[in-house]
Order: sequence, then structure tokens, then C-alpha cells
Amino acid sequence: MLFKLSIRNMKKSFKDYAIYFLTLVLGVAIFYMFNSLDSQQAMLQVSQSTRTMIQLMIQLLGMISVFIAIILGFLIVYANNFLINRRKREFGIYMTLGMGRRQISAIILLETVLVGVLSLVVGLFIGIFASQFMSILVAKLFEADMTEFTFVFSKTACIKTCIYFAVMYGAVIIFNSLTISRYKLINLLTAIRKNEKVKIKNPIISILIFLASAVILGYAYYQVTGGVYELQTGDKLLPLIIMGIVGTVGIFWSLSGFILKIIQSSKSIYLKGTNMFVLRQLNNKINTNIISMSIICLMLFMTISVLSSSLSIKSSLDSELDKFTPVDVNLYKTAYLPESYVSSYSGKTIYNTEEQIEDSKHPVSYTLETNGYDLNSLKDIVEIPIYTLPEWTLQFSLGDYFKTAKAQFSNLAYEMPETIIKISDYNKIAELYGEEQYTLKDDEYIVLCDFEQMTNLRNEALKENSNIVINGKTYYAKDNECKYGFVFMSVSEMNGGIIIVPDSFEFKDENIEQFFLAANYNAETEEEKVELNNVLAGEVDSELFNNLSDKGIDLEGSTKISLVESSKGLSSIIIFISIYLGIVFLIASSAILALKQLTESSDNKQRYTILRKIGCDEKMINGALFKQIFIFFMLPLALAIIHSIFGIKFILSMLAALASPDELLPSIIVTAIIIGLIYGVYFLATYFGSKNIIKEEE
Amino acid sequence: MSNVLEVKNIEKYYGNKSNLTKAIDGISFNVEKGEFVGIMGASGSGKTTLLNCISTIDRVTAGQIIINDQDITKLKGNKLNKFRREELGFIFQDFNLLDTLTAYENIALALTIQKVKPHEIDEKVKEVAEKLDISGIINKYPYQISGGQKQRVASARAIITNPKIVLADEPTGALDSKSARQLLETFEHLNKNLGATILMVTHDAFTASYAERIIFIKDGKIFNELIKGEDTRKQFFEKIIEVQTLLGGDLNDVI
Repeated sequence: MLFKLSIRNMKKSFKDYAIYFLTLVLGVAIFYMFNSLDSQQAMLQVSQSTRTMIQLMIQLLGMISVFIAIILGFLIVYANNFLINRRKREFGIYMTLGMGRRQISAIILLETVLVGVLSLVVGLFIGIFASQFMSILVAKLFEADMTEFTFVFSKTACIKTCIYFAVMYGAVIIFNSLTISRYKLINLLTAIRKNEKVKIKNPIISILIFLASAVILGYAYYQVTGGVYELQTGDKLLPLIIMGIVGTVGIFWSLSGFILKIIQSSKSIYLKGTNMFVLRQLNNKINTNIISMSIICLMLFMTISVLSSSLSIKSSLDSELDKFTPVDVNLYKTAYLPESYVSSYSGKTIYNTEEQIEDSKHPVSYTLETNGYDLNSLKDIVEIPIYTLPEWTLQFSLGDYFKTAKAQFSNLAYEMPETIIKISDYNKIAELYGEEQYTLKDDEYIVLCDFEQMTNLRNEALKENSNIVINGKTYYAKDNECKYGFVFMSVSEMNGGIIIVPDSFEFKDENIEQFFLAANYNAETEEEKVELNNVLAGEVDSELFNNLSDKGIDLEGSTKISLVESSKGLSSIIIFISIYLGIVFLIASSAILALKQLTESSDNKQRYTILRKIGCDEKMINGALFKQIFIFFMLPLALAIIHSIFGIKFILSMLAALASPDELLPSIIVTAIIIGLIYGVYFLATYFGSKNIIKEEE
Repeated sequence: MSNVLEVKNIEKYYGNKSNLTKAIDGISFNVEKGEFVGIMGASGSGKTTLLNCISTIDRVTAGQIIINDQDITKLKGNKLNKFRREELGFIFQDFNLLDTLTAYENIALALTIQKVKPHEIDEKVKEVAEKLDISGIINKYPYQISGGQKQRVASARAIITNPKIVLADEPTGALDSKSARQLLETFEHLNKNLGATILMVTHDAFTASYAERIIFIKDGKIFNELIKGEDTRKQFFEKIIEVQTLLGGDLNDVI
């Protein structure tokens, strides 16, 4: 009997359930998709180092899933609460008929279970199909071979999804029985809300607050874009975040009063059709939902900026990678090891062996040869020594500018000796890398730097005081700014500064800090390169590495293949996590907006009845409803878009090394499509749901 | 005088073949332009159904209702809505004012949904507010004014569109006696001085005594008709009570 009642209830209130069901299904589908990544076919065909990255990513996604589950859990409880409130009267009638609280709880339990199971099945079904598209994305990101398509089903992800959602439904059931047990019959039967008092705000205060909020936001916008170079530390960002939040709340607090006042002053708009009614409704709605609208606006802002900037990181990483990895391999080791040193970790004195000390007196090629590596595997070998002078530190380079720099960036390693290279050595590297070569007079030096913030800092110093007095001789900067260039390969602009000195500059042997080698693999095909790379990247056992580890010789390096793979892995992790979080935030904000609007519609049913009575036809009423819901949905989105314009600019300038603005347009389009789709579905569901609610009862 | 409203032998049935209820069973009457007519009857007598049929909210099963030479039982869809908007004015028991709008806006809304030009609206609203003595509260919200004032705002909304006929459904039902008297005087004023045609449904003898003619309904049929004529209101009121007693109204059922 109870079961029949439950089924009939659900059929009857299907449109009420639409939003709830939609949220559950989307939640389940997204949850499954991102937890099924490990069994994607593409994941099985990638190299060892990529697989490590994927492992890391899956671990991270797993942790984030817990956070996501909490968000979804709250959302589901909130949505369910809306449904229960809609049906207070129905429960009241059951109670007058003699049904106990326990039986009512049982009905709700049955309904929750039914909806839960149904949404789980539908959600998993959608998730399984959508994850097939996901595997195409995965394949593209990791450049895996996807010529053979196989249908992927992840059993673990499926079970995990079921367990997580079962827990969430459990929470809903507990919450429901608590709610029911608190109900009083009289309140249930008279639960139809009456027209309430209208909160009216002083229009002048509204306008003032609106302007003040606009100024606050404008200032914050300026700070994160125009004044971004002063924002180097997190604690300077915090006030701006607070300003952003305060500004957003202020805008929503004052917006309705502000708009109302402005439109009221134009009689031809205000006194037209149902405009008056729509505006007053909105005014009321915004005023009672200031906090939730602000939160939704901020969530949308995060979604938009995170999605579009992370997608652009990916594309710019790919295109710039070639520039930063001009050769196949860089190898380097510390030169002229001392007999002993005090470990900075353990504080103990560590003695270097004879073998280690002897090896460190020779260049990298010596180490390779003496330890059984065939140098014929490499071509285009360039070897240079890299020097340091204990007295030539960053602080020394900066000269008088040091104090200003210290005040601004307190935690730079000013005591670190600068990396110094002789001009002819650098030119050899530059020739190999295909970069510009330089010439120097005997009393000149050049600073090479491509890391943006360091370049700015050094340029300031070079402008103010560029003469260096060392070993009793004065050196002048060839230019009063840094030159572009790097020696060590990386995934982005990471060179914080290399000093190029004339060949006549005198160094002692101990001044050699490192021996450096750059070379290409002596191979024709990609496969051969990968094979050679596996030896130097230490991915397979080799004579070289066995010997080196026996002798305790540290040979460091980076290879093009590993750099490319790790950067792809990194960007993919960023993308997956941000899409995951972004979509869940989007679902959460759309669902909350939708439920707010539906609650509002059922509370305001009487108003529409009045409109109908004084002669509005259905077309007018539906038009008024549509306008209201449209504006209600668009307002937070509009402000979020404005926020995002500056937010994205800020993220791009922070990640200047990783992303470039030219890549932004496609990612913004993708973001717009995702948001338009999910937000749009919720908007339509809300409109039709509301229309149904305010429909006249026969 | 021409007839504004002609009700011709209308019938309204509810239910199905096996269980038929005749809510209205052959009612005919006319209302002339400028008349103030009351319809009385106990609850369940069919008076609200009658009003609903006249106000086009409900449809008749048989018969014709002609308002201003137009048979409204033949109107459908948007034409019906347009007709209701433009030719009829409504006053309800529970005021039906929108609580989010000020009194001014509530009155103006009746015009804006008729797509009256904005610059005419302001003038008209002020004019009608003047006539109904609500200029002082025109910018207040419904919750800030008394029941009597609310009903006068509702009246202003009903007549601002110059309807052919104003339909009032228990207009004093939610008012205290002092406010009720004031409202009825307003109705008299509307009827006598502004020429509004009013059809008022009520079960209250005192309220009905303000009308010029009263049609009594019992079990879906016209039971009696009273015309005030040269009587004072007190005399008219006593006659109404007599008919009500005859009618076997609420009181008789108790005894």
C-alpha cells in the first residue's frame, strides 16, 4: 500500500522532482566519469613516466572526489528539503487520516530509495557513455594511440559511485526523518505561505552602496591586473579577495533597489505591460537571496576562470615546449668536490671518496666514457664549465638596488652565488640551441634571464647601477637590461639569471661549479630515441647507472622526452581536476538557483492567481515568469563573467610562464559551451517547473 | 435605458450523467446601464457560480450571457481574456491586491496590461484616486493600509478601465462594519455620480440594502426580486430580511 502511494506520488509530482532528479543524475554521471579514468584504454598505452603522472592524478582525483561527495551530499539534502516542504500539506492530510510519523517516514524513505536507485542507474548509464568521450580527451592529452576503440567500463568506479551515493542517500533519509519528527499537524495543514511583508530599502542608500561596491570591485580589478607586479605574496592577495566578496555582496544588496529606482524614473518602461510586477518580484527575490546569489556568483566566477585558464594552460604548454627543449639531453654534475662537507640535512660531516673527487675534476663525457657509456650514442656534443664566485652573489649583482628588492621580495636567495659562463662557452651552447650569440669587450658583462619577474627585478638594478667591481677590475653591463637566453632545458621560462663574462675573465679551477653537457641522440627514428632516452633517463637498468650508483657519482640531467611527458602530465592533471571541480560547482550553483526559484514560485502562486483574475492572459503571465527567471539566472552569471574577465587576466599573469593569452579564445568558447549547456538545462527545467506550479488548478 | 447585461435562461450542471448537480437551473434577468444590482442567496444557492459565469471564469452549460451586445458564452481563448480585461471590473472579498506593489502600482497594473500608453496612466490613476479618496495612501504598500482602504484601492483598480459592468463578490466580507459602510458609500458614489454599473453578490442583508434592486436565488433558481424604489434604506433592509426569512436562509436552518 505504502509502495503504491509512493509510486503514485512520484508520478504526480514528476515535474517537482525534475530538478532533484537532474542534479542526482548529473552528479552520479560526473562522479563515475572522473573515477573511471584509471581503466581508460588510453591509460594503458602510455610510457612509464607518464603512467607515474597518471597514478598521481588518479590519487588526486580520488581525494578530490571525497570533497566533491561532500558538496553533492549537501546539495542533495538541500534539494530534497525543498521537495519535502512542497508536500507538507499532503503529509498533513495523511496525518489527519491517522497515519503515524513512522509511516510517513516510511513513504518518504521508499520514495528516496526509488529516486535514488533510478537516478543511480540513469546516471551510471550516462556516465559510462560519456566516459567513452572522455577517453578521446585522455588520448589527446597523453598522446596515446587510440586507433582501436574499445568500450570501457570501470567496475571499481561503478562500485565506488554506488557506495558514495548510498551514503549520501542515507544522509538524506536521516535528515528527512528528523524533519518529519519535528512537524506539527497544524503547521502542516496551514503550510501555504501567505503574502509576506515587503522589505523596502531606502533607494538613496541603495544607490550609494551600489556605487561604493562598484568602486571597491573596480579597485580590486585594477589591483589584480594593472598593479599585478606589486602582488607577489599571498597576504597581499587576501585583502583583494575580501574586497571582491564584499563588493559582490554589496552589489547584490543594492542592485534591485538601484535598478528599480532607475527604471521607475522612466515611466514608459515601468508602466508597460507586466514590467512593474516583474521588477517588484525581482526586487523582492534578490533582496531575500542576497547571500545565496553572492555565493552562486562567486562559484560561477571560479568555474569560468578555472575552466578557461586551465584549458589555455594546456594548449600553450604544448606549443612552447619545443622552444624550451632545443636538444635531446642535458647532463651536468658538480665539479671539484671537496674532501668533506657538512650535510645541511643531518648536520653530519660527509666525506667524499677518492673516486668521487677524481671524477669531479673531469667533464661529463669523461664520466660517461669511464663508466661504460658509448659516446657514439650522442651527437652534437657541447661541453662547457659553469663557474661561480663566492663573492659574486645575487646581492652583489643588484648593488644599490638590493635594499629596494629586499623590501619587495624578502625571500629570494640573495646570498646565492651567481651562475657565470664565459662568452665563448655560451656561444657554443647558443649555436647548438639555435639562439642568438653575443660578443663582449674585455670590460663588459651580460645578464641572461627569461623568468619574467626576475627579469623585471634585474632590469631595475641594471638601470640604477650596472658597474661591477671584481678582482680590482670594473665591469660594465653591455646593455642596461637582461638579454634572452638559457642554458638548462625546462618546460617554461625558468632561467632566473646567468652572467656572461669575457673570456679574459680569470677563474681558478675551484671556481668551476658544474660541468655541463648538451647533446642530441645519435638516432634516426623516434623509437631509437626513446630507447636511448631510457638509458639516460634511468628507466631501464644499464651499465652506466649501475657503475654510477656503485661509485656514488651523481650525474644529473634532463631529457627532452621526459620534460615533454612530465609537462603533459602536469597540464593534464590541472585540466582534469579543474574540469571536475568546475562542473560540480556549476551543477551546485545552478541547482541552488533553480530550487530557490521553484520555492519562490510556489510561495508566490497567489500573486499569479491575482494577475489572472484581473485579466492577464496565460501568455502575459508566462512572459512575466520567463523574464523574472531569466533575469534571476542571468544576474549572478553576468557579474561572474565580469569578475572572470579580470580573474582570467590575473591567472594568466601569475602563470605567465605557462599560459599565453592567444590560446585563450578556444578555451573560453569551450567553457561557454559547458556552462551554457548545464546552466541552460537548469534554467529551462526551472521555467517549466515554475510554469507548472503557478498553473491554475481545475 | 439599454441593457448592459442580459442573462438568458442559463443552466450550469456539474458532475456526470449518473450524478448530476444543477448549480444554476434556468436563470434569466437583465441589468440596465447605471444600475446597482445585488444578488443574494445562502451558501450553495448558486450565486457564486452565477457570478463566475458572468465574469467568464466559468462556462455555462446552456443559455446565453450578453454583455454590451456581445454573447460572451461564444468567446474563446485570447478574445475572452481581452474581453475580461477591457469590459469587466472585479472587486473580490479578499481584495486580491499584489503585496509587492504599491497602491498606485496596483491600480496602474489594470491599465498597463491593457497596453494603455504610459503617459495617460499617471493621470488616470491620480484622477480615480482622488474620486475614491485614497490619494493620501497611494504610495503605500497593501500591508501598510487598512482593510477598508485596501478595498477602495481594489475598487479604484476595478473602475479605472471604465468597464461596462463592475462585478463585486462579497466585497464587505473581510471588512469590519465601519469599513464596510464606508465602502458601500463609495459604491453608491461610483454608481450615482460616476455612472458605474455594479453587480454585487452578497449574503449580507445590510450590504445588499445599498443596492437598488436585489435578485434572490435559491437552489439555482430565481426566488424573488426586490426593488428599492422610493423606500428608505431602512425600509428596504427590513424587506430584505423578510424575504430572507421566507427564503429559509442560514438562520432558519439553525432553528
